[in-house]
Amino acid sequence: MATDHLSTIFAALADPTRRAILAQLAGGAATVKELSAPFAMSGPAVSKHLRVLERAGLIARGREAQWRPRRLEAAPLKEVAEWAESYRQFWDESYERLDEYLHHLQEKERTDDHGN
Amino acid sequence: MTTATKIGATTFTTPSDREVVMTREVDAPRELVFDAWTKPEHVQQWMLGPSGWTMPVCEIDLRPGGAWRFVWGRADGTEMEMRGEYQEVTPPERLVSTESWGGDWPETINTVTLSEEDGKTTITQTVLYPSRDARDAALETGMKDGVSQSFDRLAEHVRTMA
Repeated sequence: MATDHLSTIFAALADPTRRAILAQLAGGAATVKELSAPFAMSGPAVSKHLRVLERAGLIARGREAQWRPRRLEAAPLKEVAEWAESYRQFWDESYERLDEYLHHLQEKERTDDHGN
Repeated sequence: MTTATKIGATTFTTPSDREVVMTREVDAPRELVFDAWTKPEHVQQWMLGPSGWTMPVCEIDLRPGGAWRFVWGRADGTEMEMRGEYQEVTPPERLVSTESWGGDWPETINTVTLSEEDGKTTITQTVLYPSRDARDAALETGMKDGVSQSFDRLAEHVRTMA
C-alpha cells in the first residue's frame, strides 16, 4: 500500500464540501458554476476545493476548453474503498492468527510444564 | 446510531461520530493476550494481516510516552509503516496509544481493553479519529451521510457513464 499517495486522496476526502462535490459529479460532469450552486460559497472558494480534488486525482477536467466541466475519476475512490476493506481484513486476519498463536503458546506452556 | 458489521469473527461498530470499535474473542487468558500485544517477539508472529506480509521491524518501548514503530514488508518489496506513542499502559487490561501512518493521514488514538471470562479474552479495540470527517473518509462511510452514496456505488456509476 502506497500510503503517501493514499493520504493525499484521504486528505481530499476528509471534507464534507468536497465529498458533496464528488457526489454531485457522480450524477454527471458539471461546470464550476453548476458545482457552486448548492453551496453558499464563492466561485473561487469552490475552485479551491476543486484544485484539491484534482491534485488527488479524484476529478479531471473535460476537453471542452470553454466550459471545462469537471468529471469524477473512479480509480482513486476505488483505491480508498479497497484500503478500507483491507483495513478490516487486516484486523480480522490478524486476530485469527493471534488466536492460533495463543493456542500454540499455551500448548507450549503445558508441554514445558510436563517436562519440568 | 450504531451499526455492527461482522467480518469473519470480528465485529466492527461505530458507537460515536469519531470512533470505530473492533471486538473479537480469543481463547486465552488476558495476561497472555496482553503479552502477545506488547512484546515484539509475539507481535511479529501475528499482527500481519493477510498472508504474504512479514514484520521485519517491531520496536516497542512499553511505558507512557514510549514510542512504537512497526514496519511490514512483502516479498515484492512493498513496505508500510505505522508508528505512535504509548499514553497509558495498564497490564493486563488496558493499552492506549497514538497511531499514525504518516503524511496527511490523521493520527488516531487507539485503546485496547482486555476482559476475561472463563479463560477467554474479549479484545475491544477502539480507534478514535480527530474528527468525524476523518473517520468517515477512512472508512468510506462519508458518502452515506447527506449525500448517500458509497464510494463503490460512485465508482460503479462512473463506469456506467463512460
